[in-house]
Amino acid sequence: MRHVLSALVMNQPGVLAHISGMLASRAYNIDSLAVGPTENEKFSRMTFVVKGDDHVLDQVRKQLEKIVTVVRVVDYIQEEHVERDLMLIKVETKTRLERSELKELVDIFRGSIVDVSAGHVMIEMSGQERKIEAFIEAVRPFGILEMARTGRIALSRSNSMSSAIEVGDPTHSSDNVDQAV
Amino acid sequence: MTATISGNCCLIFLVVGIGFRYTYYSVVIREIAPHHHIFTRKSAEGIVVSTVAEPKTEKSALTGAEILVEALIHQGAQSVFAYPGGASMPLHQALRKHRDQIRTILPRHEQGGGFAAQGVSRTSDEVGICMATSGPGATNLVTAIADAKMDSVPMLAITGQVPQKVIGTDAFQETPIVEIARAVTKHYYMITAEDPDDEASVQEALRSIPRIVKEAYFVAKTGRPGPVLIDFPKNIQLSKADGEIDFDPPMYLPGYHPERRQVAPEQINQVIAAIRRSKRPVLYVGGGCINSDAAAELTAFAKKANIPVTMTCMGLGSFPGDDPQSLHMLGMHGTVYSNFAVNEADLLLAFGVRFDDRVTGKLEEFAKHGKIIHVDIDPSEMNKNKEAHFPIVADLKLFLEHLNREFTDQDVPQTDDWWKQINEWKEKYPLKYADAGDLILPQYAIDELWRQTIERDPYICVGVGQHQMFAAQFYKFRKPKHWLSSSGLGTMGFGLPTAMGVQAAHPDSLVVDIDGDGSILMNIQELATLNCEKLPVKILLLNNQHLGMVVQWEDRFMDGRRAHTYLGPVDHPEALGEGSGGHYEETYPNFVQMAESFGIKSKQVRSKAEFPAALKEMLDSDSPYLLDVICPYQEHVLPMIPAGGTARDIITE
Repeated sequence: MRHVLSALVMNQPGVLAHISGMLASRAYNIDSLAVGPTENEKFSRMTFVVKGDDHVLDQVRKQLEKIVTVVRVVDYIQEEHVERDLMLIKVETKTRLERSELKELVDIFRGSIVDVSAGHVMIEMSGQERKIEAFIEAVRPFGILEMARTGRIALSRSNSMSSAIEVGDPTHSSDNVDQAV
Repeated sequence: MTATISGNCCLIFLVVGIGFRYTYYSVVIREIAPHHHIFTRKSAEGIVVSTVAEPKTEKSALTGAEILVEALIHQGAQSVFAYPGGASMPLHQALRKHRDQIRTILPRHEQGGGFAAQGVSRTSDEVGICMATSGPGATNLVTAIADAKMDSVPMLAITGQVPQKVIGTDAFQETPIVEIARAVTKHYYMITAEDPDDEASVQEALRSIPRIVKEAYFVAKTGRPGPVLIDFPKNIQLSKADGEIDFDPPMYLPGYHPERRQVAPEQINQVIAAIRRSKRPVLYVGGGCINSDAAAELTAFAKKANIPVTMTCMGLGSFPGDDPQSLHMLGMHGTVYSNFAVNEADLLLAFGVRFDDRVTGKLEEFAKHGKIIHVDIDPSEMNKNKEAHFPIVADLKLFLEHLNREFTDQDVPQTDDWWKQINEWKEKYPLKYADAGDLILPQYAIDELWRQTIERDPYICVGVGQHQMFAAQFYKFRKPKHWLSSSGLGTMGFGLPTAMGVQAAHPDSLVVDIDGDGSILMNIQELATLNCEKLPVKILLLNNQHLGMVVQWEDRFMDGRRAHTYLGPVDHPEALGEGSGGHYEETYPNFVQMAESFGIKSKQVRSKAEFPAALKEMLDSDSPYLLDVICPYQEHVLPMIPAGGTARDIITE
């Protein structure tokens, strides 16, 4: 079963190394991992795509939560959420005709051409993984020169979580942590 | 900025410079200023470091190193085991300045200091502290840190680090200790200025020190305890604060929630109902019971409910070992009756345990006839190895207090038949050892130690191997926190330095290190510390001239072929297992001479008839003492369940 985990982590050196080291040392299989800042400069968000049964996922989540710099982990399998991938791809265009055919495809997939050179164009494409895969297949006959893809990022449709967290001194905090999260 | 990887390949390459404000390796290399000379840790004597020459008495002129030491004192630190070197010299200067408030003990190897710190933590409410310089000093601490992680021991490890500006340049005695130790610490800090050239940034780093120390203590002690590392670059140690330092700042740990969890009343009711209905209940108790300070509550509950108690190696002392209700240790070298009882149990009360492979053997077969109630403070232990029917994440002490309040006489299960069965097993398969004439069997030596010392409630430390298991079997502990064993990591050389730490924390108590001739050599240098720091540890050395536990496995599973398990010279026939079966007139090494050269009293004893008096002489001594006891190497630790086996596979002969 494919799970998308979203972890809110403290924006500190070494956090990513800690998390990737833990996942590697416990032999968990990660399909993709994306990291970036959030609206709160104190936190970063990591999005993981993990494949495994419920037992594996339960352990991954608990081991992540055990890391002191990991603030909260959510498994989006139980939640309404939006997922996106981003891709940059360089496609060969030998003729004018090819270029306009490609332009049409890009429009259909709602991507955009971000760079044009003699003999090839660079296309930016974002969307769900399936769409990206479909686009790659569609342009493959033209000749793919190079491509780069990000990992999955995802956000829940429900109310935001990172800005809500401002736990200070843990000895002074009275509210109990939601065990379900 | 976003970075990604696909697949499970090479996660490690992502460490550098991704999305974070700064990383360890993004340091710009500049010309190294002359005051950044780094001295070798062992030849630093006599070299005057000009930057720390002038004495600082003003509060407002504290150095980073002084702030750290004062912050430790503020947290209640009483002792620190610290080995100096180039990158930690300012810390030692600060420790010297505060020597009337905090005792600094100089171990003879950083690993010894690390285990000594564990000795403090494992026997008191204090957090043991060890300190080392950068590079080799820091890496020498790693084994002790990993050991503390495996056994959930709170500990603070402080390492000097090369100045920030040379971090990442492969500077002399530089190791990225935070990177190395990350997987074996509970948490870690590096005290750095965001920009070491910017005075405001350096001041911010100095002001952060008391918060970091406070957080480190808090994280080490609370929840499931563990070791915390603070790596401290020398430039910050030497920088001077330009204002007042707040030694009790608020902590900032948004991702850490160790609140002591109460249990829902419905869960307590379910547990009580399960106990009431059970016919063959067993309490399986581990180190969590000791860490949560719940031995009294556990004992009260076990007594009230009349349920047999078996303990893991870490749990020994949770319930009195000389009480008839105790089934003693379970697992690979546990008693037959405890393993049979767990195997037949219809209800297993697993309190503060983690279903370690040395306990369970084959997981699918372990306690397969019963329901399991698993109570532990660490959520990640729930269903990790063994699925529990009632997983309860709670502080065991709070759970047991609650349980004891609600548990009535009507809830006591009907266990008459169960006890009859257990007592039959106890009678049929007692822990026993042979009569070997005038030879001193290790089991006998420990039994005799127990007889002579139990009324004195000694602290018993052990190394790793046969002597460790014999001690776990034959020393019947009455109290928690009096048995110190490297149970999870199984580190040889644990006993002597740990005993040294215990003695420092409990100067008036009897501290005994039961050790093997293999284990003790791994940290033998600490004999010097015992002598020089006046720590009267008693060492009962069970010397069989072999690595006994490996020999036992060779005998059982490899047709007795000796492969590097004889500890004497290689030209002895016994090096290949072709010896006569006895020992040479002169055993190797000469432990008595060695101890004496360190200034420690010592005696060798080979005859059982002499043993009780020799032991008494050691125990009555008020100085450190090593008793070298020559034991036969043919003894096996029994019972034994081979790795991955079940209670049915138990070997008793």
